[in-house]
Amino acid sequence: MSLTPVEPRSASFTAGITSLAGGFAGIFIGTAQGSTFTGFIVGAVLLTILTYVALLMRSKEKVVRWIILLAFGVAGYVTGGISSGIMGLLMGWFFSWFIFWIGECRYRGHLVPYLTPGQVLWHYTFRVICGAIFVFLITPILVVLPLSFNAQDFFTFTPEMLSLDPEGYSLKHYRNFFNSSDWQLSFRNSLIIAPIATVISVSLGTLAAIGLSQSHVPGRRAIMAILISPMIVPLIISATGMFFFYSQVGGFLEGTIGLSKTVVGYIKIVLAHAVLGIPFVIITVTATLVGFDRSLTRAAANMGANPMTTFFRVQMPLILPGVISGGLFAFITSFDEVVVVLFVGSARQKTLPWQMFTGLREQISPTILAVATILVVISIALLTVVELLRRRSERLRGMSPS
Amino acid sequence: MSDTTDTGPVLAADGTPLKRSLSRALRRQKMRALMLIAPLLLFVLLTFIVPIGQMLFRSVENDIVSRTLPNTVIALQDWDADSGQIPDEAIFTALAIDMQAAAEAKIHTRVGSRLNYEKPGISSLFRKAGRKAKKWDLENDGPYQEKFIKIAKGWGDPEVWRTIQTYSSKYTAGYFLNAADLQNGTEGPEWRPENEQIYITLFKRTLFMSMMITVSCIILAYPVAWILANLPSRSANLLMILVLLPFWTSLLVRTSAWKVMLQQQGVINDTLVWLGLVADDARLVMINNQFGTIVAMTHILLPFMILPMYSVMQTIQPTYLRAAKSLGATNWTAFWRVYFPQSIPGIGAGSILVFILAIGYYITPELVGGTKGVFISNRIAFHISSSLNWGLAAALGSILLVVVLILYWAYDKIVGIDNVKLG
Repeated sequence: MSLTPVEPRSASFTAGITSLAGGFAGIFIGTAQGSTFTGFIVGAVLLTILTYVALLMRSKEKVVRWIILLAFGVAGYVTGGISSGIMGLLMGWFFSWFIFWIGECRYRGHLVPYLTPGQVLWHYTFRVICGAIFVFLITPILVVLPLSFNAQDFFTFTPEMLSLDPEGYSLKHYRNFFNSSDWQLSFRNSLIIAPIATVISVSLGTLAAIGLSQSHVPGRRAIMAILISPMIVPLIISATGMFFFYSQVGGFLEGTIGLSKTVVGYIKIVLAHAVLGIPFVIITVTATLVGFDRSLTRAAANMGANPMTTFFRVQMPLILPGVISGGLFAFITSFDEVVVVLFVGSARQKTLPWQMFTGLREQISPTILAVATILVVISIALLTVVELLRRRSERLRGMSPS
Repeated sequence: MSDTTDTGPVLAADGTPLKRSLSRALRRQKMRALMLIAPLLLFVLLTFIVPIGQMLFRSVENDIVSRTLPNTVIALQDWDADSGQIPDEAIFTALAIDMQAAAEAKIHTRVGSRLNYEKPGISSLFRKAGRKAKKWDLENDGPYQEKFIKIAKGWGDPEVWRTIQTYSSKYTAGYFLNAADLQNGTEGPEWRPENEQIYITLFKRTLFMSMMITVSCIILAYPVAWILANLPSRSANLLMILVLLPFWTSLLVRTSAWKVMLQQQGVINDTLVWLGLVADDARLVMINNQFGTIVAMTHILLPFMILPMYSVMQTIQPTYLRAAKSLGATNWTAFWRVYFPQSIPGIGAGSILVFILAIGYYITPELVGGTKGVFISNRIAFHISSSLNWGLAAALGSILLVVVLILYWAYDKIVGIDNVKLG
């Protein structure tokens, strides 16, 4: 229980606030129907009445809230079909909660008792601002998901989609993705290139990170700066540098060693991507090594383990979470990379981002949204893995997950 | 112990002096660390640092003129460009020899287009002269002065010869002058005509837009970082997912999402029209201009601002704020005089990171920037893949790289590269 004295508010105080909220909601509905001002008045009056009625029956809060919820839902359904009905339910839920939240003074419940009304208002205004920023962060990603099921070739919500008509939705963009040879080739290429590049950057990067974390490394700062630089140098500069470099390397590999053109193309991109992934591996693995207890390796050596055994049996299991999350960063970097592929690769090696990039620039087709959805699902999976690893690593190192 | 009276050096177990033994162990340790780092360091140096160095070298490299026209370059050494006279027969003969050799090797057009960057029109002079020169009998077909001028009047223009003379040295500052909207005039570098000054405008725009993006990231990230740092860890972790999901989502997905949202027939415009805030025939233009680029890039780079700010704000004790308030500070004073100064390192780290990333961005401006919202990177890409003026691209790249490296150095000084945190 909270220490803050919570006492019910008067109906007139509550109605003052709720009618403003109702008026605000009324503005939008009113504008959509043609008259802003009427919307505002109707919303405000409706909420005032609702508030007085609801607060008269304070004791039966649950019943009142259900009634308001259903009333809004039915009203929405009658005026505009299923989608308006859902909107109505949402609004009903919000207003029924809001009336009692204000009326019962619950907003003070978990705040410290000495705050002035102004500070309470600011507290919630700040929350709303933060909420808006979170919405800004997440909306673009959420908008893409339903649009990818669009039955039309449009990039916007059709009226059928808005009324939740099954006719408005289809899987045709997904079918298009799985049946088009261009998309399939690029998807396959991405799945070939990214893992190999990841393996290279993880194995070299982990070794170097272990070397860098020793206590006496001459020129540590300079080495670190060089190893991190692929992340800092603008991609376009890296890409142009690699463009000239790998055209010479490619000529050498094809001409002197006699590899086939396709293989050389893949080698070039894999090496280029491996370099770009290295900073991420270095950063995550060195961060894990900071918390690594060095006496463990000494203890292992003391008990007769040679350096290789010590590394694989003692050190590696402990820093594994950091290595894996570095690897995932390297993987996503390669999987997501366009600029270098555009410059170094040829059409035979086009990756998924390449195909998306040309698709967005030239013939903009909704298949891109289906691909985007698939990529979002992949990134959610990767994020979950990284998050779980981070928690595990913190547990292993005895840090509380704060 | 018995050996406290021993005055000689302290010995290790194997009888060597301890000092030497220790330093040997230290050296071995250093060697082992370096051996572990060496493969990666070599890999990065060889496939990253050296290629970039080579590419940047192209911005001053200029041996194409002296390689293709060796005789002409030597003959031109004594010619005085300021005399206003066209060169004499000897020089034209040298040019004829070079031109014939170049035309047979089919490289005369290359030097033509190289010089065309400096003085438009030269390319066609070389093309025309090369075509004729192939058929000449060098011993007997002179005098060449008339012949060249008959092929194209431009060969009688002393300015053309001045250009050849100026760019006959092996190295040139010409590309850098070009990149700064300057040209080699009669008295050293001079400004290009007003209507040809595009790069200064582009650099200014790149800086301006990167700053706008950085500032909007600061404004949006500060409240979010604050709330993440001050909520109980369970809800903060949940909200953190909303920050990390965009961070992990493909850049192209986010860019295409913004394209979908900002279009004239896009989601935002449709919503505004449906709400009646905007008339159907007056839909807002939010894409293919600076606004679109700034909005999309702010969204894309926002996590890079939130994460460093969050990790700094986590370390600020909430008791400081309470102490300030109990000493009589108002909310604002307590925030501005106590909390904000402590959060400045986070702002600094985030700003430099976002600015570095923004200034070299290529993909998003290319897709949502139109013509008014492109960055210097897009111009570099254009010169590499379309206009093939690699020297100029390298010069623009060098300038960009210098700016980025200065910021990188500052970042290292202020934050330390080891302290970069991801996720």
